[in-house]
Amino acid sequence: MDDALIPKGVKRCPLPEFLMKLGPVVVVLIWGIVAMFMCWFKGLNQTNMNDSYGFALWIWADLTVIALGGGAFFTGLLRYIIGKDKLKNIINFAVLVGFICYSSALLILAIDIGQPLRGWFIFWHANVHSMLTEVAFCLTCYFGVLTIEYLPLVLENRQVDQVSFFHHLSHNMHEVMPIFAATGAFLSFFHQGSLGGVAGVLFGRPFAFREGILIWPWTFFLFTWSAAAYGPCFTIMLAKITEKITKKKLIKDDVYALLAKISGWMMATYIMAKIIDTWYWAVVTAPSKGQGFMEFYSDNAFYGIWILILEIVVGGVIPAAILITRKGRSTPALLMIAVVLAVIGVSVNRWVMVLQVMAVPVLTFEGWPMYYPSWQEVATTLLPVAYGILLVAFSYRYLPVFPQEAELNPIDLESDETAESVTASETADAKLSPAKA
Amino acid sequence: MKNEQAKKYGMVIDLDKCTGCGACMVACMAENNVPFKKDETNKLDSITWMRVFQLTNGKSFPETDICYIPRPCMHCEGEHGHSPCVSVCPATATDYSQQTGIVSQIYTRCFGCRYCMAACPYHARYFNWWDPVWPNGMEKYLNPNVSPRMRGVVEKCSFCFHRYQRAMEKAFLEGRRELEEEEYQTACTQACPAGAIVFGDLNNEKHKIHQIVNPDPAHRGRPKNPKAFRLLERLGTNPKVYYLSSREWVRRAGDNYLPHEGSGKGH
Repeated sequence: MDDALIPKGVKRCPLPEFLMKLGPVVVVLIWGIVAMFMCWFKGLNQTNMNDSYGFALWIWADLTVIALGGGAFFTGLLRYIIGKDKLKNIINFAVLVGFICYSSALLILAIDIGQPLRGWFIFWHANVHSMLTEVAFCLTCYFGVLTIEYLPLVLENRQVDQVSFFHHLSHNMHEVMPIFAATGAFLSFFHQGSLGGVAGVLFGRPFAFREGILIWPWTFFLFTWSAAAYGPCFTIMLAKITEKITKKKLIKDDVYALLAKISGWMMATYIMAKIIDTWYWAVVTAPSKGQGFMEFYSDNAFYGIWILILEIVVGGVIPAAILITRKGRSTPALLMIAVVLAVIGVSVNRWVMVLQVMAVPVLTFEGWPMYYPSWQEVATTLLPVAYGILLVAFSYRYLPVFPQEAELNPIDLESDETAESVTASETADAKLSPAKA
Repeated sequence: MKNEQAKKYGMVIDLDKCTGCGACMVACMAENNVPFKKDETNKLDSITWMRVFQLTNGKSFPETDICYIPRPCMHCEGEHGHSPCVSVCPATATDYSQQTGIVSQIYTRCFGCRYCMAACPYHARYFNWWDPVWPNGMEKYLNPNVSPRMRGVVEKCSFCFHRYQRAMEKAFLEGRRELEEEEYQTACTQACPAGAIVFGDLNNEKHKIHQIVNPDPAHRGRPKNPKAFRLLERLGTNPKVYYLSSREWVRRAGDNYLPHEGSGKGH
């Protein structure tokens, strides 16, 4: 039905089957959209946030997707600037994941603010002292960069590519892509860092506050570092899941291994820095404000010391140890365990830097407030997940996302009707040129 | 504005006098058109610019002791006006005035990101989760000098800034540039039946607050009066609300201390 849109040299399931499988995702999407409009029209009273928990599930989701989307800028940096050419086979997917993450982050922010129609005030009345201002500017600019990086992939759709203008536009955009990759890395350094700074500058909240260099608290650097380290793990995890769902090998193991190795070493160095930061904060910073380390992890089982162990040991040390060893990253099961633990680790870090910051009382006569999200918050948080699945599904179906797919999954021409027009030479042509991606 | 010396308006609350009657809270709500819900049982989303907390010394009878502590916005100066909330607001919707020392909130500019609430360790900032709805007829009793706030923005104690504006207008019309101490007083100060709240200019030696607190300019306004303290002094928020208490445990409750530290550490 839609054969003309499907990239040459690859096989896709029939359209009705494809749409049927996406049915449940669309249901979640609609549920999220309903909740989103409820929040916009009725206000944030639809949430379970309160005056103690002004930041909650959404801000955590925001910080997390931005960290996980860090795979786009870091893989781009490695591919285009550092020159790790092998990563051309995963960069398209990394950009796609990044695009989904950042568009989701912007959407969540648009729902999260009390006066959505005034959202532009952050640019118009910008306070240069606020980390959030820097986040808004860099985030928006970087989303623009990601759109530019994603666009050539869209233009490579078989039908779109036949239009001469789009064909040349796509080609020319590829030529200048290193410039955008560098711009993306520069912008990402600042907005990832600023997101860390959002918590780190809160000198009224000893749990979050960190010293630093000039105006930048240590969390500024830790957030950038962790996004670069953990983001590629998310890209690998989603690529592996896509392979499972499509029952196809889409990326060669050496590509995974290279990205996993770099990610592992980034993670190992990050987690060392994080341990030093935590130690200094525990023995110097927090006590100077009159609060002992264990005060932050007591009185409330939900925020017990286990959360620190989960973040640093289970979600940091263990995946780093697996990924820096050749055997670890080349064993599929171990690689999968490592990337899943890494994703959990960075998500817990962002959770702690948002939710636990809000929960820990500072005034001696206040207690630990509790918070659980309303269904509207849950639905609007799942909305980007559903949207992401749809975008990956449609991109995979109609765009040459995986340059190695055709080579790894040769089509049996005789038995496949959809590929009957594909000649051997076309198949070779349709190796979904990574240079174009 | 020549000949005008910068003011630093502040407040001192004598906790030995405070009975916890809540008159300050009521006066504040009426004066500032603070909205309320039909059901106010959930205090986590109630708006109380001035809130009275009850403290206990944790001891059993007969040594048990309680203390009420009214908590308005602290109007923190931080370092050079970088109060915790002002420095983080991305839209410059809250500002520290170097002329008055008052932390303002511009309701029509706030877009409701709530970063300032996350930054404030005193929980003195409140979000309008709902549009204000007044019982029938009550609109007639709203204060015309204070704009009600819309859903989706943050609000907080303003030290009754509209009273300052009115007092200044009156002074200007009379050819004066300076206010007398009694010309600008907050609603909570005037409502307190025990006279526990004293409001004035911390920079003006003639004002009672200056005489009571005796702020030390060399140490960012720390009180020289040994009975006086500020909440969470150790964080460096540099608040302009002071408290007085003759009781050691009350002063200690004003800040966090490690088990081996004495309460004097932060002062």
